[in-house]
Formats: sequence, structure tokens, C-alpha cells
Amino acid sequence: MKPEEHSRRQQELAGWPVTIETYKLGDVYHCSIANVDPGARFARADGATREEAESRAIEKATRYLAQTRRFTT
Amino acid sequence: MGTQTLPDVLVTTDWVAQHATDAAVRVVEVDVDTTAYDQGHVPGAAGWNWTTELCDTLVRDIVPIKKLEELLGKTGIDNKTAIVLYGDNNNWFAAWAFWQLKMYGHEDVRIMDGGRKKWLAEGRDLSTDKPSFPAKTYKASGPDLSLRAFLPEVQQAVAGKKAALVDVRSPQEFTGEILAPPGLPETCQRGGHIPGAKSIPWGKNCNEDGTFKSFDELKALYAAQGINGDQPVIAYCRIGERSSLTWFAMKHLLGFKDVRNYDGSWTEWGNLVGAQVEKP
Repeated sequence: MKPEEHSRRQQELAGWPVTIETYKLGDVYHCSIANVDPGARFARADGATREEAESRAIEKATRYLAQTRRFTT
Repeated sequence: MGTQTLPDVLVTTDWVAQHATDAAVRVVEVDVDTTAYDQGHVPGAAGWNWTTELCDTLVRDIVPIKKLEELLGKTGIDNKTAIVLYGDNNNWFAAWAFWQLKMYGHEDVRIMDGGRKKWLAEGRDLSTDKPSFPAKTYKASGPDLSLRAFLPEVQQAVAGKKAALVDVRSPQEFTGEILAPPGLPETCQRGGHIPGAKSIPWGKNCNEDGTFKSFDELKALYAAQGINGDQPVIAYCRIGERSSLTWFAMKHLLGFKDVRNYDGSWTEWGNLVGAQVEKP
């Protein structure tokens, strides 16, 4: 199968830049979210529509990112 | 890489599309996100889970030799098979698997340049089928520990400055501003870096499309930090997978002779009682 409607974009979530990647394979939309630096995928979700997959992944990502602490150096 | 001639340890996405189901080739996906394989993979590719199949699940260690032999055998791989690895995050854990396969003496291991990112961006076929393979017998050798650094060697490197330490984590991890990449669990008690380490984030090895930079670009990247292969080098990150990628670049793309991956990495050093930490 060919992936369809592939997209990659950067935006900020909970104060951190992230990359959101989504594509459709068969009837399922797959979304994954990675931090921009260092570039690790840390949240993903599937859905019947792009909006559903992305909103689920963003909800998870926001929750995980809120646990990342910043320290003074 | 940005050149027409790839080293024999790299293959292009085009090459994989043409050879993924060759009898003498086995393509294997290894991801940071262990569910990525299920979201569609290169048709015919096997999937290995780094958290259960490429490590010792009891003791913190690389995969034991017998377990590796079983994994390769059930993946239809024998000692003559060309193994082509790829994965997400620009091949972080593909490089981790490559490093372990080299320690255990597998001769023909390659990485698909650009990994999952490039394959997807090119709109190539994906499959959700999980292929089965005729079992083979595999006999590993080693492990070759000249490719791996343990804590005492790192301590000696800090004390004697006879080996260069390369910290491949992000600048924010290097300075101690954060303890783990954003969104991932904190796995250490202290932030900062090993005294004397040079900060050369892993991502500087790669182009925007996920492929490795050219030989000349990589050479300049490391030379700018005084690392040109004339002294031993130890690379580390948080758990040893990002540093596997840097190890791969230095050892197999630049040809540096003595390069080791310190897979204990910051989760060991940053939790070690009494270990010196440098900031920023």
C-alpha cells in the first residue's frame, strides 16, 4: 500500500518545538510526534480521520512534555 | 550521504526497494518507538523490538550471544545474509542494532540511508503484514569489546585524557538544563556532562532528509572539535543509542580506528555516586 496524505510540520506544544507527522495507510490515519531536538518520537496515535489521530497524539504529547523540567545552568 | 558513492555500509532507499525480498538479503526495522513497525513498514521487512530483543532484559547489558543467535535464526538470517537495518529517528536504534551485530561478528550489515523518515517522505510502499521466515542456524562470535566502552575506561579517559569523549546529546542535555529529551522520562539524578567531553550532537551527522552527510562534511564536523581519528574516541548519550549512530559515522563512514560506544552513557554517569559532573 502507498501511504497517502503524508504531512510533516513543526509547531510548539507546552513550550517545546515538536514535529508532527501524519499519514493515511489503508483506512487508518497514523500520527506521531517527535521533539525537534534531539528528534525522538515520543507520542503517537491512530484515528479514522486526520483530526482524530492528531488530536489524540497531541493530547498525549502535551501530557508528556508537561513533565519535562527545566533547570537553571 | 551527499555523494554519489556510498560506503559499503550504506544503501539507498532505491536499493532497498529493489532488493528487500532477495533471498540473500534481510531488511529489518528497529525503532525507538517500538510500535512504529505496526504503522507500516518496508514490505518484506522484519521488525525487532530493542526493549525486549536487543538487550538482556534482566541485567542491563547488550543482547546475550545465545539470544542473538536465536533472534537471527528465527528471522531467517545466517552468517552469510546481508542484513539491512533501518528505523525511525534517523536510524538511532538501527545503528544500535548495527553496533551489536558488529560486536558479534556479523560481516555484512548495512543501514538504509535516511531510514524510515526518507522512505515515508518518498511515498514508498508500506506493508502491515508481518512476514515469517524459514528458520536458519546462526553462529555468532565475540563479543568484540574493542567497540564498547565501560565505566572504568571512561574514568581513565577523564583522568588521563588519552581518549576524546564525545557527548552526542542535545545542547540542553549537555548543559544540564534538561535531564532527558523533551517528552521522555528523566532517567538520571544529575544533569550536565562528563568532564572534558566535547558536545557534538548526533543530528549534526545528518541531512534534513535523514541521510548521512558527506565524508568531507563529517570530517570537518569532527575536526572542528579536534577529533580526527588519531586518538581513541568514546561516544556517549543517554542510553547508548544516539551514540551508536555517532559511533557508526566515526567508525564506518570516517574510518576512525579506535571508536567505542559507551552504552552506560548518562544514565550511568549521571546516577553514579561521587562522579564529577561538568556544567554547562
